[in-house]
Amino acid sequence: MEELEKVSHTMAPISKPVVGAAGKTGAWRIFRPVIDYNKCIKCYQCWMYCPDIAIEAKWNEYPKINYDFCKGCGICANVCPRQAIRMVREHE
Amino acid sequence: MSLKEVIEKPELLLPGHSACPGCGAVISLRWTLKALGKRTILVIPACCTSVYQYIWPTSAIGVFVYNVAFASAAAVASGISNALEIKGRKDYNVVVWGGDGGILDIGFATVSGAAERGENIIVICYDNEAYMNTGIQRSSGTPGGAWTTTTPLGKTEQKKAAPFIFLLHNAVYVATASPAYPLDLYNKVKKAKKLRGFKYIHILSPCPPGWRYPENLTIKLGKLSVETGYWALWEAERINGKMKFTLSPPSRPYLDPSKRKPIEEYIKHQRRFRDKEIAKKLIQEWINYQWSLIKRFMSESSEG
Amino acid sequence: MSKVKAKFILDAITGNYAAAWGARLSRIKMVAAYPITPQTTIVELLAEWIDRGELNAKMIRVESEHSAMAATLGAAAVGVRAFTATSSQGFLYMYEMVHWTARARAPAVMAVVNRFIGPPWNIWSDWTDALTIRDGGWIMIWPTEHQEILDSIIQAFKIAEDKRVLLPALVTLGGMTMSHTAAPVKIWAQELVDEYLPPEPPNPLYVLDPDESEPFTFGNIVLPEDTPQHVWAIEKSMRNAHDVIKAAVKEFNELFGTNYAPFISTYKTDDADYVIVSMGDAYTTCEVAVDMLREKGIKIGAIKIRTYRPFPKEEIAKAIDGVSKVFVVDRDIAFGMGGILATDIKATLFDFKIDTDVHEVILGLGGAEISPERVISRIEKILKK
Repeated sequence: MEELEKVSHTMAPISKPVVGAAGKTGAWRIFRPVIDYNKCIKCYQCWMYCPDIAIEAKWNEYPKINYDFCKGCGICANVCPRQAIRMVREHE
Repeated sequence: MSLKEVIEKPELLLPGHSACPGCGAVISLRWTLKALGKRTILVIPACCTSVYQYIWPTSAIGVFVYNVAFASAAAVASGISNALEIKGRKDYNVVVWGGDGGILDIGFATVSGAAERGENIIVICYDNEAYMNTGIQRSSGTPGGAWTTTTPLGKTEQKKAAPFIFLLHNAVYVATASPAYPLDLYNKVKKAKKLRGFKYIHILSPCPPGWRYPENLTIKLGKLSVETGYWALWEAERINGKMKFTLSPPSRPYLDPSKRKPIEEYIKHQRRFRDKEIAKKLIQEWINYQWSLIKRFMSESSEG
Repeated sequence: MSKVKAKFILDAITGNYAAAWGARLSRIKMVAAYPITPQTTIVELLAEWIDRGELNAKMIRVESEHSAMAATLGAAAVGVRAFTATSSQGFLYMYEMVHWTARARAPAVMAVVNRFIGPPWNIWSDWTDALTIRDGGWIMIWPTEHQEILDSIIQAFKIAEDKRVLLPALVTLGGMTMSHTAAPVKIWAQELVDEYLPPEPPNPLYVLDPDESEPFTFGNIVLPEDTPQHVWAIEKSMRNAHDVIKAAVKEFNELFGTNYAPFISTYKTDDADYVIVSMGDAYTTCEVAVDMLREKGIKIGAIKIRTYRPFPKEEIAKAIDGVSKVFVVDRDIAFGMGGILATDIKATLFDFKIDTDVHEVILGLGGAEISPERVISRIEKILKK
């Protein structure tokens, strides 16, 4: 039987962890967050709360949004104590 | 543990998962994994996490994940935990990560059994207050007054007081948490990890599509859940055979009902509460009940 | 040849104790089980041994059979040799997890003590319980003797853990008929069994062990177009099992001096016009019936199905070819279809284009007695028609 000949008996649903498993989920966005670095105080609240791990933070450096994966949920803008993040509509 | 140290910790939940924008569960998982570290085996029953880890042959979760049948997680975890001990392995975590469905309803007997036997596992329930994975059906975690697809007129029964139930089991550590207080969650997971025996952590996990609110308000609602007294953050640790019950700092002010924010603040953003008057009444009953339990456990608490 | 001096101790033990000994000699490290009549004494004996330090294993006293299979699965996935046992309602309660365990490629072994499915309550022998998993991907062995129960469990681990198989295996024993009756059994020396079955199991397909593996995810969503290959992989393993079983049984016979047929064995079939096919706790009665019918001048033989899954189609076809009537004794029924073993036999003969009458003989449901007289009465009624 063709199916049996083709397959390895050890084929199994084992998956590897990767970045971007569901692709670049930034494509989901309707609004994108933009950080005004003049207002940013590097409190890292945005980094703390991002559900998509789409904000990169290094200590003492400004947080950076990874637009490949940011879904535009707006939590970062909502939690920022200095309102340093605004949500801007994506262009077509 | 400082913010600086935590920032340097590796991200074990990887970007590119397919959770809904603004999902409270992934914020919770992200911080849970930061605390657990790489030598972790997550046992995941059917739930949202089964889906947003995404599709074979890739996964968005960077630790061991064993996806299992709905009701079975705590029992599979018991088998894994005992087997690793048989093999003489050290320094690993066996953690059940499931929703209110898999932990409180269909899997309840299984979790209770593992708790009663004192299995050396951590069971974490991320409670988004309905069977969200299958499209928002009512669970025992759904609060009274909430719309779900199976309670279109609003649930009439109260939310199951789940975390307290495990205080009456053979647990060494029971705690509640919220993604809106990630460092508190992080510390609790870290503490649980160090203890031997059955540990239970219950996270109230806001859900934009299920609770019907704009997705940017997840953290705001998480904070309001604590500030209104709806969700109390506490932990209980077994020391010398007695439970030491401690209210966590974010919740301490709300032991005093006059300090609690009005329930309207919390429910006004959530369109799942259609009849606001009924919802307010039922939620007030829940809040009263929860805090009466807390006061009781606090008064019986022992330093050990 | 083995250098072991005392190869065995002879003792009169029940079928359940034989199953427990099989598990003990296989050096199981994990038992997770929930009691149910008529399985209970298997688990009780294992508990006693563990507490006395005679068996180096952990017992998880789970709160249900569903959890028993779940915990067994978890342990096997870590690469630890795991065993469980159940019957009837308990088997059905764990049914979801029994399917899951095969599809998760966990090489655990289970003893199923056949018992009637309720309602009504009935604790006696009936095969329908174990037969409901015949489609599930488990190796299935049906001993007819107490010694064979013990030996089949050891063989079951060997087959299940083989790299070409990596599927779970179950061994049945008749509820009350075998579980609670005693017979002389050779309890092999541990050193002898160790020569056959490695004390530590080889790693299964994947290992949930941070010391042995980099992190991976098992069992997340697979899309439709990608799914068939995973199913065929299991079928392929099941087909591989045929040769693995042949070799495993041959090696067992050589080392232990036994005479097991890997798939089927035959009794007085050489010149037979008719043949009775059966298995498990009905089979030896069929051999007695054969002897009685032969005294009446009827040329009849018997075929024992020892390995039920993978179903030994070729072996059965060869044994039945040339016979004009087959009587299949089933201690079970598939409602709306008929005897389960009979249905399998009919399908097999059709595949091999063997034109033989196959007659169902359904007896012994719920533990009703299967006596040689009852078997003969059914056969004679059919022959009279």
